[in-house]
Formats: sequence, C-alpha cells, structure tokens
Amino acid sequence: MNLNMQWTWFHRLGSPRWFYQKTQRWLPWLSLLTLSLLITGIVWGLAFAPEDAKQGNSFRIIYVHVPASVVALAGYYIMAIAGAVGLIWRIKLSYMLMRSAAPIGAALTFIALVTGAIWGKPTWGAYWVWDARITSMLILLFLYLGVMALRHAYSSHEAADKASAILGLVGMVNVPIIYKSVDWWQTLHQPATIKFTGAPSMHPDMFLPLVVMIVGFYAFYAVTLMLFTRAEILRREYRASWVKQLVSEKLVEK
Amino acid sequence: MHNYLSAGFIAYLTRDLLLGVRNKTDLVKPLIFFLLVSALVPLSIAPEAERLAQLAPGMIWIFAVLATLLSVERLFSDDLQDGSLEQMLMSPNLLIMPILGKITAHWVMIGLPLTLLSPVLGVWFSLPTVAVTPMMLSLAIGTAVLCLIGAVGAALTLPRQGGVLLALLVMPLYMPVLIFGSATIQSAVDGLDWTAPLVILVALLAIAIALCPLAINAGLRLAKNG
Repeated sequence: MNLNMQWTWFHRLGSPRWFYQKTQRWLPWLSLLTLSLLITGIVWGLAFAPEDAKQGNSFRIIYVHVPASVVALAGYYIMAIAGAVGLIWRIKLSYMLMRSAAPIGAALTFIALVTGAIWGKPTWGAYWVWDARITSMLILLFLYLGVMALRHAYSSHEAADKASAILGLVGMVNVPIIYKSVDWWQTLHQPATIKFTGAPSMHPDMFLPLVVMIVGFYAFYAVTLMLFTRAEILRREYRASWVKQLVSEKLVEK
Repeated sequence: MHNYLSAGFIAYLTRDLLLGVRNKTDLVKPLIFFLLVSALVPLSIAPEAERLAQLAPGMIWIFAVLATLLSVERLFSDDLQDGSLEQMLMSPNLLIMPILGKITAHWVMIGLPLTLLSPVLGVWFSLPTVAVTPMMLSLAIGTAVLCLIGAVGAALTLPRQGGVLLALLVMPLYMPVLIFGSATIQSAVDGLDWTAPLVILVALLAIAIALCPLAINAGLRLAKNG
C-alpha cells in the first residue's frame, strides 16, 4: 500500500493529460521568464559588454553561438535520457518528449554551426575551418538527423519510439568518444589555431551576460520542448476522451 | 569448454561462414568495390606517386568504411526474409553470443579479406613499406569495430532494409574509428610511434564488443514486432 502511494506521483508524471494541463499553467510564466532573460542578455551582451581586445565587436556573436552549442549538446543527453526512461519504465510521455527534443536539438545545432561560420570569417578569415568543436558539432547534427530519420523506418509509433531510444542511447555512449577523438585529431593536425578564451578567464563584464544568455537558452529550450510535446500529445492521443472534449470546447468558443 | 554460451557463438559462426562460402559472389562484391573506388583516386586527382602517398592513409580508411557499410546491410536482412531470424529470436535470453557469432563470421568474410587486400592499395598509392604492417593491423581491428557498430544500424533499420538511412545512422558513429585508423597509418608514414592510436582502436573494439550486442539484441526484437 505504502509502496503504491509512493509511486502514484511517478505514474501521474507519466500521464500525457497531466503534463498537458500542468504545462498550460506553467507556460505563460516560463515564457515570460525566457523572454526577459533573452532580452536582458542580448541587450547587455550586444550594447553594454566591453569590446574584445583582439576581435573587436565581432566577438559579440558569442552571446548566441555559445548558448546554442551548450544547449544543443545538453539537448542530446536530455533526448537520450528521455528515451531511456521510456524504455525502462514504458512511459508514453517520455517518448513524446524524446521525439520533440530531436528537431529542437537539431535546430540549435544548426544555429551553432551557422553562427560559428559567421564568427569564423572575421577571426580565422574563412567561413569554415575544421576546428575540433565545429567538427564535433557537425557530427552532432548528423546524430540528431539520424534519430529523426529513423522514425520513418517504422510503421508503428511504439516500435519507432523504442528504436529511436536505442539509437539515442548508442549515441549517448558515443558522443564523449567522438568529442575526445576529434579533439585528439585536432591537436594532431592543427596545433596553432586560435584558442578561444575559456569561460573562467573571460572578464566578468563579458562573462555575466553570457551566463544570462545560457540560462535564457535553457529556458527557451524548456518552453519549446513543452510546446512541441503538447502538440505531440494531441497528435497521438486524439482518440482519448479528454482530447475530444478539449477540441469540442475550442469549437464552441469559436 | 563446450558450455551453452560458446555453443551459441560457434553455431552461428559456422552457419554464417558456410552460407558465405556457398554464396561467393556476395563475398567478392565489397572487395571489388574496395579496389574499384581506389582505382578512381589516381584518375580523379593525379597519378603522381608523391601526392597519392600523401592521401593514402585517409583514402584507404574511407574506402574501408564504405566497403563495410555496403556489406553490413545484409547481415540480418537475409535471415529476416528466410525466417531464421525469427527462430533465433524465439530464445527468451539475451542473444549476445549468437549475435557475436554472426558478426565474427561477417568480419571473417569482409574485414579480414579487406585487410589482406590492403597491401595492393598500399602499392597503388605508393605507401611507404614501413606503413604496411600498421595499415593491416589497424584495418583488422578497425573493421571489427565497424562491423559491430554497423550491425547496430543494420538491426535498427531492418524494417527498411538499411540503405541511405543505415549510412546516416552509423557514419557519425564511425568517426572515431576513422580518426584513429588513419592516424595509425599516418604516424607510421611520419616515422612516429604508431602503437598509440592502434591501442585506442583496440580499446574501442573492447567497448564495442561489450555494448553493441545489447543494442543489436534490442533492435532485432523490435524489428520482428514492428
């Protein structure tokens, strides 16, 4: 009995309906927080942070590039862990989260690559340099695309979810190996490229807006993940009575 | 040591080898592909020995990756079609040993011949003779890792019979093998210690042997139901 009591919250957490209703209440506040964080970070970073001694104003793209890369990488783990939770506890909702996380992560990876290329032009004199981090991000993009493409190989939702979850786990084991090996490969071939100043050695005036932007991007990620997952819930649960009721209420409103 | 586990390994190893021997054209195709693509390099770039030697370590590894990718697709699809995969999946246990047996057979039929054939490429690309042994060792170990990772992709894409999707899934996972494989040859060419990248390849092989069969087992069970 006691054991049952302890696990009810866990099962409620896995209910798509519960998630849909809760996020309805959370979303306005979280969106407001995201917007204020992003606006603060962007204005602070672009207008008030001091110029970089070597790179001038061009370094300011860091306030988009670094948060996008950080969240894109974390997003792969969020996706893989959501898939693992789905595999282990057979929770429908976590599969829906996993599915929603893939396109968001891919988009962020793409943003990181494009902003990196734009940043590369003034710093390295070329849009594309086979730098370790850029190469790793490119591979990450392919990993995301693989997870997205695998869905279409299966006719049933259930099998597609499990297959994507397995692939996500395989990728999760591989991501650190890929990162380390690309890093090693980089030191072998290009020992003299410009090393970006690591975060702790940045001046606080430059670093703080970056922190705000990273937190803002995480919040943005949470908002988009919720929105995507809500759409996914409606798409998959359209037969459920609560979804039908929701739709008929919307129709009456109109 | 004839326990139940090794019996499963040996049974599938000998079965797949026998099937391979009886169907020789399938075995030869990836090898011909390997040689054919290599012959395109001098035609498309330059026949000068110096430039070819410079490209050789990377080229040989890229072609090895492509050749294994082409062949790994067939690893489970024939078994799915003739029903023997379903037989294998009747067992309620984790199918680690049968899967390893099948992959070992695949490596003996694809990876090993590629390795033995690679000195030809070494001659074509004027690779220095000191680099031949490292090249063969790196190919022998590296293609085993490629077979294991490729098998994960083949199991997951079984309903669609691999194809481009398989390439999209496994190519990013091949990168570390490619890096350390070509680095082994390159180090030997440069007169450096080539055992370091080779040892990392061995480490990758150890990880792949431990983890890939689990993912393949899960993928095959999905493919049967999905």
